[in-house]
Amino acid sequence: MTVALAICALALATTLGALGAAGKLSGRRIASGSVMTYTTIVRGVPDLVMILLIYFGGQRFINDIGGLFGWDYVELSKFLAGVIAIGFIYGAYMTETFRGAYMTIPRGQVEAAQALGMNGIAIFLRVSLPQLIRFALPGYANVWQVLVKSTAVVSVIGLEDLVGLANDAGKSVREPFLFFAFALLAYLFIYFVTTNLFEWLERRYALKTHEV
Amino acid sequence: MRFDLVFANWELFAGGVWMTMQLTVLSVLIGFCIALPCGIIRARGIKYANGLVNAYVYVFRGTPLLVQLYLIYYGLAQFDFVKDSFLWPVLREAWWCALITLSLNSGAYATEIIRGALQTTPKGEEEAATALGLTRFKVYALVLLPSALRRALPQYGNEVVFMLHGSAVASIITLQDILGAGRTLNAKFYVAYEGFITAAILYICLTFMLVGLFRLAEGRFLRHLRIDAGDRISPKAIAMR
Repeated sequence: MTVALAICALALATTLGALGAAGKLSGRRIASGSVMTYTTIVRGVPDLVMILLIYFGGQRFINDIGGLFGWDYVELSKFLAGVIAIGFIYGAYMTETFRGAYMTIPRGQVEAAQALGMNGIAIFLRVSLPQLIRFALPGYANVWQVLVKSTAVVSVIGLEDLVGLANDAGKSVREPFLFFAFALLAYLFIYFVTTNLFEWLERRYALKTHEV
Repeated sequence: MRFDLVFANWELFAGGVWMTMQLTVLSVLIGFCIALPCGIIRARGIKYANGLVNAYVYVFRGTPLLVQLYLIYYGLAQFDFVKDSFLWPVLREAWWCALITLSLNSGAYATEIIRGALQTTPKGEEEAATALGLTRFKVYALVLLPSALRRALPQYGNEVVFMLHGSAVASIITLQDILGAGRTLNAKFYVAYEGFITAAILYICLTFMLVGLFRLAEGRFLRHLRIDAGDRISPKAIAMR
């Protein structure tokens, strides 16, 4: 559950991050202004507050809207609320990661590609994107690690993730220490595995520059 | 929207702000006291101690704050020897458990910050201080730490904001911090937006205040590292660095 939640949230965060970075880099005032508001607000609020706001507030919001159209009572699933909340929060961090990575790409490369007569899509796919991946990976890995740890707080809205299960099991057999220690180890395991995975990816994408 | 309920219960939120500030400031201070020796041990690579500190940092940075809090608050109460020990009056209280967890967590993150700052200190600074005949203690106290801690300021600012946000988990173990106030409002009057939005706004204000404070501190303590410090430094002096 923790892993599924983290991966779904990561997908949402990546999408939002890409959109946000595109908005911020577009130079249009409305786009960059709204992205700026988004990142500032999200990074100023604790993840737990955001999750409770989206879970309780979102529930009411949906039903307020639904009431207007005469829908039946709709229940926001806990999983979905968790994914939206965490994806929404880390989308803001992703925006900064992607924007930073994009700005590291020397401007001259895009100009050179234009001079070669490549069109916008080709430039993005063949020149910018490969380097974007390379530059963004360390930041991306960092956000992922924080995101995984952040998923622990969704147990507060009653989702049965690692922490939620450990809590229930620990209470029923009266050995909370054992179960929380196990949850702790499980998170450490995820941390360990994904750190190595990202290091491998970074090596893979870095090779091309070092070989020259 | 019924924000009048928030104003009617302003004491709840004022108490919440006070609780959050207490937890944040105290845990950052205690965390710093833990991180200072640990950071030096990590930077110097002292035998045995280095491995121990490394394990501490790895566990606290690799796991969620919430799990750590549960482990200390609910987990420790399972053992009878903890309940019988003199520490029980402390470990029974949610406030102390939150403070201990946050401090240990902050200490682990700060250890890495201090280690990084110490390791990027130019080797010449240490050599020059040793050549002047300073004892090892004085080399650290008068030369290396003042230099390293200044450069650690921007990262430390991030860490403090992280602790402010992390302290919100204290509301889960029934503490009345800012989020706790929001949750109480929600539970009492069934108003989801108002309580949580007020909490979010309060957190944003505190975050901006902290960021502003650290900006000021950076302007004061990192002035010597700024390149655009006006006319006082000639381009030639920069080139010679």
